[in-house]
Amino acid sequence: MSSHIAYLDGNAAAGELSKVFAMDVTTAQGKCKHCGATRRFAEARLYMEGPGVVARCSVCEHVLLRVVSARQGVFLDVRGLTYLQFNMMG
Amino acid sequence: MWRVGTVVALHDETATARTITLEVPDWPGHVAGQHVDVRLTAPDGYSAVRSYSLASAPNSERRVQITVERLLNGEVSPYLTQEVIVGDRLELRGPIGGWFVWRSQQTEPVQLVAGGSGIVPLMAMIRSRTSAGSTVPFRLLYSVREPGAVFYRDELRALSAEHRSVIVTYAYTRTVPKDWPRPPGRIDAALITDTTWPADLGPACYICGPTPFVETVANLLTASGNERDKIRTERFGPTGERK
Repeated sequence: MSSHIAYLDGNAAAGELSKVFAMDVTTAQGKCKHCGATRRFAEARLYMEGPGVVARCSVCEHVLLRVVSARQGVFLDVRGLTYLQFNMMG
Repeated sequence: MWRVGTVVALHDETATARTITLEVPDWPGHVAGQHVDVRLTAPDGYSAVRSYSLASAPNSERRVQITVERLLNGEVSPYLTQEVIVGDRLELRGPIGGWFVWRSQQTEPVQLVAGGSGIVPLMAMIRSRTSAGSTVPFRLLYSVREPGAVFYRDELRALSAEHRSVIVTYAYTRTVPKDWPRPPGRIDAALITDTTWPADLGPACYICGPTPFVETVANLLTASGNERDKIRTERFGPTGERK
């Protein structure tokens, strides 16, 4: 247990992702491209120890999304997500 | 988008935790459970951002409160708990997050479980219940190191005395008050059974604390029959500063 890096919830990335998304990302439903699980982004496991933020699927732990803020801008890699579905009711 | 808030009041909750009240003229309002990012920028341009849960209930005064626990070797929390004075300005981004929230229109019983400073967003929910005049029954199970580390102690005592529908149970992990019925210890299955809502009432459960704490409590609540989709969690980082 002690060797594994502590993770947070998808909630913790919401501030960083608000630079990119006009809507709240924590309530968006994301489908994992690897295992097909559909979960709220808030339920993803978030790793913030590195230079960027990595969100992993809470079911299979594959990478869903990465976001890195650099001098040139914000890099967003969503290749682990089949889709993100935003709730238009807010 | 960063907003500027002016510090209008400071209040020490414990020897190491301080509540900061900020007036934010363009605050758009928030929902209990949401957080803000706070950005501090040094004269050389270096900046650090940390997330803090909002402690205050939604209100019309454009005031927000955060409660910050000072961490050893912290980069931001020592400044916020020791250096900040009334009149200082802080940069804020938020409110953030629409998942770990309680809205006063909700009707099901509410089970709150706090680990240490994880009480902060749950306190916003309790305050929101009161300010909205909700009669939804709340239970709070608050795991804390020792009596002196309890945040909002007097307010919680008054609330639970005044409103029988807000029931507070403390679980002390290291030191208990004199004549306390339970020896110091972490939350376990027996305590969950004895002090939380029975799962068949379908309570909305909110757990906030350090990652291992949240993990343990979520598993205990699931094992006692609560549905996964009725349990919402908010984890703190290993340092307690949610970056």
